[in-house]
Amino acid sequence: MSEPVPSKRPGIAVWLPLGLFAAFLVLVVVGLYWPADREVSSAFIGKPLPAFDLPPASEDRPGLATTVFKQDGKPRLLNVFASWCFPCKVEAPQLAALAQQGVEIDGVAIRDRKEDVAGFLKQYGNPFKRIGKDDLSQVQLAIGSSGVPETFVIDGKGIIRYQHIGDIRQEDIPLILRKLAEAGQ
Amino acid sequence: MIAELGLAVLWMAAALAVLQLVAGALALRPATAHLAGVVRPVAILQGALVACAFAALIWLFLSTDLSVKLVAENSHSAKPFIFKLAGTWGNHEGSMLMWVTIMSLAGGFVALIEKRLPENTLIATLAGQAFVSLGFYAFLLLASNPFERLPEPAPEGAGLNPLLQDIGLAFHPPTLYVGYVGLSIAFSFAIGALVTRDVGPAFARAMRPWVLGAWIFLTLGITAGSYWAYYTLGWGGWWFWDPVENASLMPWLAATALLHSCSVLAARNALRTWTVMLGVVAFSMSMVGTFLVRSGILTSVHAFAVDPTRGTFILALLAIYIGGALLLFGLRASTVTEGARFAVFSRESSLVFNNVMLCGILGIVLVGTLYPLLTEAMGVKVSVGPPYFNPVSSVFAIPMMMVMAVGPVLRWREDKGGRITWQVAVPALVSAAALLAVELIFAPINLLPALGLAIAPGLAVASFQPLVGRNLRRTPLPIYGMVVAHFGIAVALFGMASEGAFSTERLAAMNPGDSQQVGPFKVTLQDIGPIAGPNWTALEATVSASYSGGEPTILHPQARTFANPPGNRTESALLTRWNGQLYAVLGEEGDDGRWQMRFWWKPFVPMIWYGGALVALGGLLALLGRVARDVKRLVAVDKIAYRRERQGR
Amino acid sequence: MRGLLLALLALFALSAPLAAQDMLPPAPYAYKQLADPKQEAKAQALMETLRCLKCQSQSIADSDAPMAGDMRHQVRTRIAAGEDPEAIRQWLIERYGDYVSYTPQVKPITWPLFAAPLLFLALAAFLLRGRFRRRKGA
Repeated sequence: MSEPVPSKRPGIAVWLPLGLFAAFLVLVVVGLYWPADREVSSAFIGKPLPAFDLPPASEDRPGLATTVFKQDGKPRLLNVFASWCFPCKVEAPQLAALAQQGVEIDGVAIRDRKEDVAGFLKQYGNPFKRIGKDDLSQVQLAIGSSGVPETFVIDGKGIIRYQHIGDIRQEDIPLILRKLAEAGQ
Repeated sequence: MIAELGLAVLWMAAALAVLQLVAGALALRPATAHLAGVVRPVAILQGALVACAFAALIWLFLSTDLSVKLVAENSHSAKPFIFKLAGTWGNHEGSMLMWVTIMSLAGGFVALIEKRLPENTLIATLAGQAFVSLGFYAFLLLASNPFERLPEPAPEGAGLNPLLQDIGLAFHPPTLYVGYVGLSIAFSFAIGALVTRDVGPAFARAMRPWVLGAWIFLTLGITAGSYWAYYTLGWGGWWFWDPVENASLMPWLAATALLHSCSVLAARNALRTWTVMLGVVAFSMSMVGTFLVRSGILTSVHAFAVDPTRGTFILALLAIYIGGALLLFGLRASTVTEGARFAVFSRESSLVFNNVMLCGILGIVLVGTLYPLLTEAMGVKVSVGPPYFNPVSSVFAIPMMMVMAVGPVLRWREDKGGRITWQVAVPALVSAAALLAVELIFAPINLLPALGLAIAPGLAVASFQPLVGRNLRRTPLPIYGMVVAHFGIAVALFGMASEGAFSTERLAAMNPGDSQQVGPFKVTLQDIGPIAGPNWTALEATVSASYSGGEPTILHPQARTFANPPGNRTESALLTRWNGQLYAVLGEEGDDGRWQMRFWWKPFVPMIWYGGALVALGGLLALLGRVARDVKRLVAVDKIAYRRERQGR
Repeated sequence: MRGLLLALLALFALSAPLAAQDMLPPAPYAYKQLADPKQEAKAQALMETLRCLKCQSQSIADSDAPMAGDMRHQVRTRIAAGEDPEAIRQWLIERYGDYVSYTPQVKPITWPLFAAPLLFLALAAFLLRGRFRRRKGA
C-alpha cells in the first residue's frame, strides 16, 4: 500500500467551487428578483411586412392584403385578435377609442369562424377597416406574433415599427399614439 | 388535542436540534469535550420526537380533522384511505415536515449505530445534521405551521387535486425526498469529516450506505417519473430535457459519481478531497434542483407554482448550507491529504474517469438548464433543448460506458493491459458486430442511436465479466449489485437507442371500422363512446390491434375531462410485448366526423424502465451486502468489548 | 418540495387547454403525416427541435396547442414544397428570435454554452495532473 502523499495543489483550485456557487447565486438572485420579460417578442420589428392576402373574416369589411399598408403612406395599427380570446374582449373599448381618434386599424382574425367574428363585432364593436381571416395562423407566424391579442404599428411604407403584446389597456393608449406619430414622420 | 400535541413535540424536537448543534460544536473544543456524551442521545431523542409529530399529522389526515387548516385545505372526508395518507405530504407544510422527519430519523439512526468513525467526526457530523434540519424546523415553526387550527372547523375539506389522486403521483415525491434526505446525511458526513480533517476509509464506509440508499430512491424516482411523463403526455416522448427533469437528474448524476468515488476511498484511501467535495455537491444539487423547480425561475409554464417567499426561503437555505460548506471546504481542503496514488492503468483510474465524465454530464446539464436564464439577464432569449443535451452529454457518456465495460475487471493500484486482453476483446467484438449489423441491416440510422445500439450489447456482456472465474456462492453481494446495476445501464441504453432508431409514428383521421398499419401492427378503430369514471368523464375509443396478423388485442385510449378543477387529459393506451410497445392516443374529432388517432410502435422501449429498475435493484443488492457486513462487524465488536469488560473485572 | 410536485403536474397537464380554444378544426397537416416517408422524417426531426410558443416548455412535435398545430402545418407544407429544414428554422428565428429553436445557434452569445464541455475536460485535466503515480520501472 502506498503512503498518502501530502497535497501540493494550488490554493486557488479549492476556492473554485465556492466561486462557481457564488456565480450561480448571483444569476438566480437576478433571475428571481429582477426577472426578464417573459413575453416572446417579435424579432421582425423594423422589417417590412411580409406579403399576404387574406380573405375577409366579416361580411361588411373587406379582407386584408399587404398592399393596403403602402397605399397612402399613413401609419396603421394591425391588430391580431380572435373572437374566442378573452383579453380581446377586454381591449375592445381601447381599440374603439383609438379608432375614434382617427387611427386606422386593420384586424387579423386568428383561427376564427365568420359567424363567431360577426357575433364578437356585434357585441364589442367594430373598430376595424378591414379584417383578414387567418385560419392557419400564417400571417401570425409570418410577423412573429405568438399569441392573441397583439397589436403592431405599421408605418406608411409597410415597415413593422412596434409590437404591443397582450391587451391594450387604458394607460397604453398614449404610448401607442406616440409610436404611431413616430411611424408617421 | 392531537394537533397541539404535535406542535408541542415539534417545538421540543427543534429545541433538541439546537442543543445537538451547540453541544456538538462545543464538544469539539478540548475545554468542553465532556459535552460529547450529550450529542448521541439528543440526536436519537430528536428523531423520535419529530417522528411523533409526523405521526400526529398523519393521524389528523386519516381522521380528517377539519378543525386543522392544513387538513381542511388539502383533504376530504370521502377520499379513499390511501389518498388521505398521501395527502399528509401532498402539500407544502406536510412535505416539509416529512423531509425533516426522515432527516432526523436518519440522524438518530446514525447516532445509534455508527461506531466506525472517530468519535469527534461523528459528533461533528451530527452537529452538521442538526444545523441542516434547523433551517427546516425554523420554516415549519415560524412560517408554515402544519398544525394550525381554524377558528371554526370547516364543514368539509377542499379535496385534493384530482390529478394528484394517482397512486404513482402520490408516492413519486416522497421517493425523491428520501433520496434528497439521504444525500443530506452524506453532506453532514462530509461536513463532519472536514471539521475534524479526518477523511479516510472509515468515513467512506460510514457514508456509503446512505449514498447508496439515496441513490436507489433517486433512480426509482427518475425512472418512474420518466414513465409517467411517457404515458401521460400522450406524444410518446419519455425524456424532454425539461428543467424539471434536469432538476431530478442532477442529484442522481452527482450521487452516482459520489458512490463510485466512495468505493475508491473505502478500498484504497485515495480521492479524499474529491469525495468530500462530491458529498457537498450531491446535496447541493438536490437543493438547487428543488429551488429551480420551486421558484419557477426557469419556465413560465411552471409560473403558477411560484411562491416568492418559499423560493426565497429555499434560496436562503441553499446559500447558508452550500456556501458555508464550500467555504469550509476551501479552508480545510488544502490541509486534507489527497491520499494514495495509483497508476494510470488501474481500477482507481477507471473510477476517476467515470467520475470526471459524470461530473462533465452534470456540468453540461446544469449549464444548459441555466443558460437561458443567463442570456435572459442580458436581454436575449435562447432555448437549450434536446439537440444540445443529447449530443453533448453523449460526448461524455459514450467514453464513460466504454471504460465502464472494462473498469470492474481492472485491479486496484496498477494493472497490466496484457492480463485483461480477452476481457476487452469480447465486449469490443460484440459491439463491433452489433454496429456492423445495425449499419448493414437497418441503415440509415442516426449516429447516436446507432452508437447506442452498438455499445449496449457489448456493455451487457462486459457487465457480467466480474463474475467470471469467481465462486458464485462466495461472491459478495455488492459485486452482484454492481453487475446488476451495470447490466441495467446497458439494458436502458438499448431501450433508448432502439426507441430513437426504430420508432414508427402513424397519425391518422379514422372512422369507426377504419384500419391502419403501424409498424408490425394492424390497428382498427372499432368504436368510440362516452364513459364515466369516479371524478371524470371521458370519450373512450375501442381499438383492436393485431401483431403480424395474430389474435387482436383490445385497447382503450381515452380523452378524459375533469370537472373540479376543470381540465382535460389524454389517457394513452399501451400494449406491451416482449419486443416493444404499441402506444395509442385518441385525439379530437375532425370536421368530417373522423377521429384523430395517434399510434406509435416503439420497439424495445420498455427496456428503458426495466433498465432503470435493474439499476435500482443492483443498488439494493449492494446496500444489503454492505449493511449485512456492517451488522456482522458491529456484533463482533460488541462481543469483544463484552469480553474485555469481563476480563477487566 | 411541493413545487416539484406542482411542476410535474404542470408538465403532465400541458395537454389540457388552459385558455379559451378556437372552434376551427386543426390545420390540414397538424395531425397528418406527409405521404413521402423521407420528407416526413425530415419534418419530424425539425419539429422536434422547434419550441411551441404557446406552451413554452414543449416542442411543437409534442403539443396539442392549436398554434403548435399550425406551426406543424407550416413545417410540413414547406418541407413538401422542397424547402430545406434549416431554411425553415432560419425563417422562424428571423421572426421569433433564437427562442423558437431548441437547437442553440452558434453565435457569440452561445459560445460559452458550446465551450462548456471543453472547459470541463480542461478543468478535469488540470485537477488530475500529478494525481497519478508513475509506473514502476517506466
